[in-house]
Amino acid sequence: MPKQTFILNGKPTTVDVHDDVRVLWVLRDLLGVTGPKYGCGINVCKACTSHINGKAFNPCSVRVGDLAADDHVTTIEGLNDTVGKDLHPMQEAWLDRDVPQCGYCQPGQIMAAVALVRKVRREGRSIRDSDLDSIRNICRCGTYTRIREAIEQGARHM
Amino acid sequence: MAKDLGVPLEACHMGCTLSVSTEPDLPAASGVDRRRFIGYVIGGTTLVAAADLVAPVGSANAAIPSIPQPAELYDLNDLLTQATLPTSNLISIAVHEDGTASFALPRMEVGQGITTSTAMLIAEELELPVGKVKVTLAQARPELLFNQLTGGSNTTISTYTPIRVAAAVARSALLDAAAIALGDAVENLVARGGVIQARDGRSVSYGELARSAASPSTKRVEVKLKDTSEFRVVGVGHKRVDARDAVTGKKKFTTDLQVKDALPTMVCRAPTPNGTPKRLRNKAEILRMPGVTHVAKVDTGIAVRAQTFGQCIDAIRAMRVEWNPGPVAGLSDKDIVAKLRAAELPMPSLPDNPLAELLEADFLFYFRSNSAMDTNSAIADVRADRATIWSGLKSPATAQARIAEALGMSASQVTVNVVTAGGSFGRRLFFDGALEAAKISQAMKKPVKLMWHRADDARVGRGHPMTTSRIRVLHAAGEVLAFQQSNTSVETDFRHGLGDIITAMGADLPAGLGNLGFAETVFALTQEIPYNFGVVLQTLVETEERFNTGSMRNIYSPDTRCANELVVDQLAKKMGKDPYEFRKSFLKNDRVIAVLDKVAQAGSWGRPMPKHMAQGIAIHKEYRGVSACLVEIDCRPQTVNRDIRDGVGGPRVTKVTYAIDVGLVVNPRGLEAQMQGGINDGIALALTSSMHLRDGHFLEASWDNYFYTRQWNTPPEVKVIVMPSDSTQPGGAGEAGVAATFAAVACAYARATGTMPTYFPINHREPLEFKVKPFVPPIPQSPTNGLKLTY
Ligand code: FES
Ligand code: FES
Repeated sequence: MPKQTFILNGKPTTVDVHDDVRVLWVLRDLLGVTGPKYGCGINVCKACTSHINGKAFNPCSVRVGDLAADDHVTTIEGLNDTVGKDLHPMQEAWLDRDVPQCGYCQPGQIMAAVALVRKVRREGRSIRDSDLDSIRNICRCGTYTRIREAIEQGARHM
Repeated sequence: MAKDLGVPLEACHMGCTLSVSTEPDLPAASGVDRRRFIGYVIGGTTLVAAADLVAPVGSANAAIPSIPQPAELYDLNDLLTQATLPTSNLISIAVHEDGTASFALPRMEVGQGITTSTAMLIAEELELPVGKVKVTLAQARPELLFNQLTGGSNTTISTYTPIRVAAAVARSALLDAAAIALGDAVENLVARGGVIQARDGRSVSYGELARSAASPSTKRVEVKLKDTSEFRVVGVGHKRVDARDAVTGKKKFTTDLQVKDALPTMVCRAPTPNGTPKRLRNKAEILRMPGVTHVAKVDTGIAVRAQTFGQCIDAIRAMRVEWNPGPVAGLSDKDIVAKLRAAELPMPSLPDNPLAELLEADFLFYFRSNSAMDTNSAIADVRADRATIWSGLKSPATAQARIAEALGMSASQVTVNVVTAGGSFGRRLFFDGALEAAKISQAMKKPVKLMWHRADDARVGRGHPMTTSRIRVLHAAGEVLAFQQSNTSVETDFRHGLGDIITAMGADLPAGLGNLGFAETVFALTQEIPYNFGVVLQTLVETEERFNTGSMRNIYSPDTRCANELVVDQLAKKMGKDPYEFRKSFLKNDRVIAVLDKVAQAGSWGRPMPKHMAQGIAIHKEYRGVSACLVEIDCRPQTVNRDIRDGVGGPRVTKVTYAIDVGLVVNPRGLEAQMQGGINDGIALALTSSMHLRDGHFLEASWDNYFYTRQWNTPPEVKVIVMPSDSTQPGGAGEAGVAATFAAVACAYARATGTMPTYFPINHREPLEFKVKPFVPPIPQSPTNGLKLTY
């Protein structure tokens, strides 16, 4: 079986698996990294949202064979390390606003929020209501109100 | 206020709600101090305190009433609470040498925050910081009978006193032990923050006392609970105890658990709901596919076990299966509507009054899904002589018995572990995943980690049944003489019973008889018309039991209330009254009037709105709680026709003001969160979310098909007001945000568009806004273009 190599949460990682297995299953089923959640497997629900080289991506929709050895994959478990702290400011904001209900969608929500703030920064502006409206991550518990508050708060500390 | 019209009570029959004006409250256990209770220190080496039987609420007779009583006097929660009384004494709290206390909650955390509120109750009576109280979920305990069902927003209501008693027993044992250790009398000691201090300043911690406070044999103690005025933790907003785990990815759901050898497993299902497999034509080919270890036929489909879920998906898509069609093959929405219409009973006759005017309305509510983010899942390890199950279960004792039955084992051979679940909304009252996983594990002789694909969870999981609601109102001279509401519904499955196998069997009698009685009981115990509307009659008729249904958050109330409140608006219009003033003048209960006033004032009722925008106001009363909702909706073309990729824009609710009074509030922050969630549910029910039955298939297979509220639908402005209450008893909270919101959004939509909607959600009959995914193979392949879509 082919050996797949990429950098996972800062550590070079190698795993024996066929090229076309999606990254989500490599993370969850083979590497035991379960922060990214399954909610659809077709890039709709966004529960699996993680980062590749600092940008949001959905590992349910990427073949592991398409990752390069120097690609940095960051899951919720590695988010804090990107700022060298116990918690990323977005996670702090999430705690402060007491966002999670069942919590299932929340790792994906936080990873999406961080990427969104970085994206609007790259565009030289700050978060607007229309940016919040564009977030596709589902929360079936309906925590949207607090998510919106937390993103604005987290962004101020990023 | 409406006058008493002197109509005799016989005008009502079983299943109706009498319009009596008794203010509901917990009947006091007369003649006893309501704060004194008996508890036990359980014999052992470290301190374990348990609560004894609580003084019965209402009558001492704990039998389920055979004739339903009006919801105003005795609601679903009284039934659930009373059903739990005989065994409540079995709950216990342990104090450990590290200074923490632990408690295994015989309930299920699905996001509603009960582990947090339970930790707060224990912290309050035990005088320990909330962070030092560890609340876990108890395994299936059949001896608890009714006491292990999580439903009807009942958790806090029924466990509120027993948990506090157990904690008070623990505190008193710690104080006794501290008196010896510190050489001072108990009344001179102060317990605070997990430390007991004597007058001279010397102190000893709970951890140090955990052993000496233990008793070698079980002993009875009497304790006095704190008065609500002494509460320091209860009633103060507290963040969730599991939030840190949730935001760091450490919180474990069923499919996150690592159980040795429990490899990913999925099921290839029939193209029509509840179809059954005849045979798999290419088993050898499937077994040769990468990663695949086992294939097995079970009654629900063909199961495959592989190294990864991705390889299960590949295998399912490659399977060539012959099927027996399911029981609704070939049917569509319109067929079921016709069936409901045919089952509708004639409305009873109305009081004869030649001067009165009749107002009639007829509503239709389509099927809706209670699929949660975390799909049905379970781990099962079935051996020849025993089985172990892990799953998110709200009625684990029933699950245990049913699984044992299916495996040909006794219940004692089956261990059922309850895992926190990613949402429930009623879905996890059932145990479809756990039962299926057990059968698959037995067939494969291997541990399995079963996960339903989203498409299956949406299409063949459970849903809220299609319902019609007919209303007739007789009114004259500004008074309502009679109000009748008759719901006719596809059956709601309550076969999970009250959490134990005995009542579950009762609900499973032949020809739906048992379930019908159960459904009527639940309906009668939850529904009421809180207005002075003369002779009030509400009935439910159920038919059609071929669908996979179940309770969905707030069961009957959202549909019933939505229909009610739309008609209330019509009545107000007929009488030339403002909708808010009309409600205020006809409401029976001061607490409802108070929440209504609150939202009217905080949400600026009556403020001028641009064309195509409007306000809507509605109330709801249930579970000893009352709520009111004021919304503003934007139905302007530029909003309705927003361009949203693979989603629906439609009208947008721009602002929600919600007031809730549930009685004593344990955790206001948690209550606010539950209301915020319920608001999004109510909006979805009114505007966007439904399942379409077409030619024997439910079409929705993804979150871009089933339109639950998304960020582009959610109101930018939401204000939840938790009303102060002098009640000493908590009310239910998990569902209380849905009904009033649904009704208020419907009323606002009617006003903004000038047309009262008669079916819900309002977009159900529009052309489908998505491309229907194939039914064979039953699940879609994962895309591969994810790296092109980064941001
Ligand atoms: S699981 Fe990846 S987007 Fe839903
Ligand atoms: S918190 Fe439950 S799905 Fe979002």
